[in-house]
Amino acid sequence: MSEIPKEEYLEKCTTACAGCTSSLTLRYVLKAAGPDTVLVVPACCTSILQGIYPNTAFNVPVYNIAFAAAAACASGMSEAFASMGKKTNVIVYAGDGGTVDIGIQALSGALERGTDFLYICYDNEAYGNTGMQRSGATPMGARTTTTPGGKTDAKKDLDRIVAAHNIPYQATATPAYPKDLYEKVKTALATPGPSFIHVLVPCPPGWRIASDMSVTVGKLAVKTGSWVLWERKYGELSISSPSKGAMKKRAPLRDYLSVQGRFKGISDPAVHELEQAIEKNLAELAKQEAGEC
Amino acid sequence: MLTVATGNKAVAAAVKEAKPAVVAAYPITPQTEVVEQIAEYVTAGDMDARYIPVESEHSAMTACIGASITGVRSFTATSSHGLLYMHEMLHWAAGARLPIVMANVNRALGPGWNVWAEHSDAFSQRDTGWLQFFVATVQEAYDTTLMAFRIAEDTGILLPVMVNMDGFLLSHIMQSLETVEIGDYIPPMVLPHKIDTENPTGYGALTGPNDHYKFRWDMERAMRHSASVIRDAEEEFARRFGRKYGPTDEYLCDDADVLIVSMGTLGKEAEVSVDILRKEGIKAGSMRVRWFRPFPELDIRGRDLVVLDRGYSFGFGGVLTDSIKSRYRDAPIFSVVAGLGGQEVTYDDIAEFVRNRRMGEEYWFGVDA
Repeated sequence: MSEIPKEEYLEKCTTACAGCTSSLTLRYVLKAAGPDTVLVVPACCTSILQGIYPNTAFNVPVYNIAFAAAAACASGMSEAFASMGKKTNVIVYAGDGGTVDIGIQALSGALERGTDFLYICYDNEAYGNTGMQRSGATPMGARTTTTPGGKTDAKKDLDRIVAAHNIPYQATATPAYPKDLYEKVKTALATPGPSFIHVLVPCPPGWRIASDMSVTVGKLAVKTGSWVLWERKYGELSISSPSKGAMKKRAPLRDYLSVQGRFKGISDPAVHELEQAIEKNLAELAKQEAGEC
Repeated sequence: MLTVATGNKAVAAAVKEAKPAVVAAYPITPQTEVVEQIAEYVTAGDMDARYIPVESEHSAMTACIGASITGVRSFTATSSHGLLYMHEMLHWAAGARLPIVMANVNRALGPGWNVWAEHSDAFSQRDTGWLQFFVATVQEAYDTTLMAFRIAEDTGILLPVMVNMDGFLLSHIMQSLETVEIGDYIPPMVLPHKIDTENPTGYGALTGPNDHYKFRWDMERAMRHSASVIRDAEEEFARRFGRKYGPTDEYLCDDADVLIVSMGTLGKEAEVSVDILRKEGIKAGSMRVRWFRPFPELDIRGRDLVVLDRGYSFGFGGVLTDSIKSRYRDAPIFSVVAGLGGQEVTYDDIAEFVRNRRMGEEYWFGVDA
């Protein structure tokens, strides 16, 4: 395992909320990517926390683009750099709303066309920037400002949608396990063609957790199997070690739900459905890893 | 080289000559031939460009934006609903000061589905900050596309340019075409604010009320300055290649008592109408407006205007009429709404509009008596 570089590409003057794990994610992403990198950012929390014109807190160029447009922008940029013989990393850094909802068409197109780029979806499971409205990535039972009674639909299965594009590299991560995240970004950028990493980012104001709890909650997501860390290289899936351990002896789901205010008052049937979804997902991933499907 | 081509193929040939690094496009009738021809050029190795076959027009314009901000030349083509689907990104391209060139093959908007000529698509993008030209011949489509790259990339402008031509009436019509070797008429593209990882900066970051208006004013300043840049591009084109263009294409306007003011192919019909009317002793002239944005000064003083509008602003009036009225408040105008959705408008029809003109009124061809 390589040493994580000391260079910082995220200055300390971002306007992120205290305990923001998306900023933490981006910190490791940029350490892995290095300075010859362009970030493409659609409307999301990162549009705001990078700073207000004429200041920027990021030490790489950031190209802000319209909500639905990030992957298409990266397509044009990647082809333009290729036409000049440049190897600059093109990384989309997009929230869950900009990925699973409004941006999914452009994402699908860019993946299908074999665009040489890395798309990172940082998923705080709601529209955080606009005040925590539900998105397609909001899990069942979670209260948001537009699901005040708890969401009644399941979280959209983004990873299987992306997997259907058969891209060279796909992974999941969470900054609660930073080395795992760092290595996955490194692998993604070293792989030609499209790569995709889906990162779970616990969000203190949105998930109604204390700002010093966001890393702990990220770990609980993995330990309860709510979030499974894995990577798929050219079709070969492997479960990452933090999740391997969790799959042997899973922590009770209630441990993850009860520390988050957004799940307060969640019904037993909703918990049961979440539990069943976890079991189904783990079983499918285990089969995939064993090469049985 | 003298050849024969459709309007669509002429645009594609001009794009080949302009050598963009990236072309991103999505097919739509009646634009398809433009992008098919470019894809052929790229596949055959006649054009050293990256062709991105995007999944939508929104992505076509976005991919051009992504390419352009790295400092390379980019092009796309669309029509009708495709142009409207790009709408958000048209504002983005102009606001980001990217010299993208686009051909728009003018077509009506649904419902119901109608693939024939109308200017409503381009008119609905009037306020996006794009320069807009309207052409009327295959040769003009070719020449204006070439000029568009030079104009857009002028460092005093850096605004995107749309070249409009009527669907089918020009896109699919064969006419003679003299192609050129462009040489250094279009200088290499220099984008002062291109992305540079050695000098990282933010693009399009949150911009507050104390700064936003300054960027918008800077766009308008560029738009106002563009008139002289376009004139210069047109004069230099004439010097090098022998074909002269201007803000308007005028036919027998000097001594005319009544001017037929139009855009696109209607202007060519109007020239025949002028000949007919002059034989009857009516001193008519045709003034075809080539620049829609920036909107040019028009020499219309003292004449009756019969303005032909192939697009309409519901609840107000014809869009070309509106632009003329805004600038020349007292101009006597007979506003004719004609040719929507490919409605046939012949030179005889136009002559009849002139003979029966009722100044100050609006007339819907085919509807009003």
